[in-house]
Amino acid sequence: MVAASVADDSTLIKRPNAFRRLLRRKGAVVGLCVVAIFVTIAILAPWLAPYDPIATNFLQVRKPPSSQYWMGTDEIGRDLMSRMIYGARASLQAGVISVAIAVCLGVPLGLLSGYCKGWVDSLMMRVVDALLACPFLILAIAMAAFLGPSLTNAMIAIGLTAMPIFIRLVRGQVLAVTVEDYVEAARALGNPHLRIAIRHVLPNVVAVVLVHSTLAIAQATLAEAALSFLGLGQQPPAPSWGSMLNVARQFISQAPWMAWWPGLAIATVVLAFNLLGDGLRDALDPKES
Amino acid sequence: MAEPILTVEGLVKHFPIKRGVLQRTVGQVRAVDGIDFALAKGETLGLVGESGCGKSTTGRLVLRLIEPTEGRVTYDGREVFRLSGSAMRMLRSELQIVFQDPYASLNPTMTVGAMLREPLELHGIASGQAAEARIRDLLGLVGLAPYHALRYPHEFSGGQRQRLGIARALAVEPKVIIGDEPVSALDVSIRAQVINLMQDLQRRLGLSYILIAHDLAVVKHIADRVAVMYLGKIVELAPTRTLFRRPRHPYTRALLNAIPAPDPRLRRPRALLQGDVPSPINPPPGCRFHTRCAFAVERCKVEEPALIADKDGHATACHLWPEIADRVGAGVDSHRLPENPRLERLKAAFRPA
Ligand SMILES: Nc1ncnc2c1ncn2[C@@H]1O[C@H](COP(=O)(O)OP(=O)(O)O)[C@@H](O)[C@H]1O
Ligand code: SF4
Ligand SMILES: [Mg+2]
Repeated sequence: MVAASVADDSTLIKRPNAFRRLLRRKGAVVGLCVVAIFVTIAILAPWLAPYDPIATNFLQVRKPPSSQYWMGTDEIGRDLMSRMIYGARASLQAGVISVAIAVCLGVPLGLLSGYCKGWVDSLMMRVVDALLACPFLILAIAMAAFLGPSLTNAMIAIGLTAMPIFIRLVRGQVLAVTVEDYVEAARALGNPHLRIAIRHVLPNVVAVVLVHSTLAIAQATLAEAALSFLGLGQQPPAPSWGSMLNVARQFISQAPWMAWWPGLAIATVVLAFNLLGDGLRDALDPKES
Repeated sequence: MAEPILTVEGLVKHFPIKRGVLQRTVGQVRAVDGIDFALAKGETLGLVGESGCGKSTTGRLVLRLIEPTEGRVTYDGREVFRLSGSAMRMLRSELQIVFQDPYASLNPTMTVGAMLREPLELHGIASGQAAEARIRDLLGLVGLAPYHALRYPHEFSGGQRQRLGIARALAVEPKVIIGDEPVSALDVSIRAQVINLMQDLQRRLGLSYILIAHDLAVVKHIADRVAVMYLGKIVELAPTRTLFRRPRHPYTRALLNAIPAPDPRLRRPRALLQGDVPSPINPPPGCRFHTRCAFAVERCKVEEPALIADKDGHATACHLWPEIADRVGAGVDSHRLPENPRLERLKAAFRPA
């Protein structure tokens, strides 16, 4: 009699999965494509770059774009296109690695804070509030200056600066998830706390982390440019878009193309990650269909 | 009554209300305020009362999902609140819960198979191939098919989800299941199916149920006994037939009147409860129902009636129930509540002079 009631209330409700929904959004698709192109360029840099990015040629100093140097050359005759291509590596790495640092630290701390509540949570939130009270760039610059100028230190500084937002974001989401009946059910089944936190709470926090990560990568790319601009990021002669922009500043009237390309690239990548993040937010929202 | 599998004694849960930056406790929500009952093996006990009267809190206390302020729950000779963390986790395989909202009670990121496998492995019931077989059995038990194990909760309808919630509770082979309004969120058309399923499972697996509901209609056909709750207290507890035929407490009478009769010719004039449910933060002194009771006298405002059981196991917490029965008759169908005095005054004001 029980088995006979399979056909009770309508059949299964089919919903397209999140990726399909993402692909339905024009902005997100554009963002995804642009990001993919830049990532490909960064990976294939040694094969794509027409010249050595740090080889100088004093006979070809500050040449405007031409058929020989598509993007022109810089103040000591290095090919700008090659430097842009290699610079993509530094800039994307800076964005991705620093956000990875922020996620790896921020997500567990946020989970701890939201799941344990009590004094752990109060203490953590005080610290987070204090950190968030400082403007993002100021804090990143202060930390990078403290750690010393290098790309690695810049990434650590940006990662640590981006972390508090992740803590707060994850904590808020955890607070919302832990009152759901399925967490109560997991407890009623006898799951230990750690398992509930990892198997039942964490997967339901992933979506917001993913969305914020893409937005944070845009911010981190920009921050790396700013730090390099101040000489705190990528160190010469290795290129990054930010450091290229920094040098270009001195030649803005004689060789404006030196500033065009890194400026354009930074703007494009930041926009692409923002578009992707917005698209992901909509696609991962369970209420959208 | 047969040997109880679960007893609840003097159970109290007060939630502190915290205010301000210092989070000082400024009051207590007296969600459950001293209740006693026992659940016999194989029995279904209905727990009925308006929303906010403490039914869910009672359920969560019995399962020790929250710690009590006071009181004792004994399951199979073991005092639940005295158990250590690991002993408690072991006991969880015997006591389970089915939640009200089928959309909130299943983890959206877990497939049905993973959801059902977890408790099996947790309690060492089955693993590997045996677990797969057990998952198929469980799905079959609640009227779903083996291929459903690969799906995610959002691919199911409300009724199917509630079946999944029941399957998950059954996975650990429990003896007692608390149903916290398991059908109130479902379409009326599928409520009966889920109730029938629960009844069928009870017969086949020898389960005992505490079935929480906010109206008496749901428990009428499935409960052996019914406890009526009001503001954190049990005001009447009786075998279901007795409660429906000869209710004693004015609150129970009011709840019974709120059930619409299926046949309009039999429809009774609804004796509406006066006013709203008072806040559980400051429950009225004396009998908690006196602010809404049509029979209340001075004594009700000062002296709290105890829940007193007669020899038939019909317990009532009302000072005046014998007199009320004399005045308005024993049964519900024959009874007339006295007119609501406020309504009477209002009517009089509009009557032509
Ligand atoms: N965690 C909590 N903190 C504070 N108050 C609570 C909490 N849970 C329930 N309450 C309060 O306790 C009372 C009883 O709630 P509940 O047991 O959910 O009632 P019911 O299930 O009968 O509708 C309500 O007034 C509710 O607001
Ligand atoms: S004790 Fe008094 S107020 Fe309470 S239910 Fe009985 S008659 Fe009404
Ligand atoms: Mg409830």
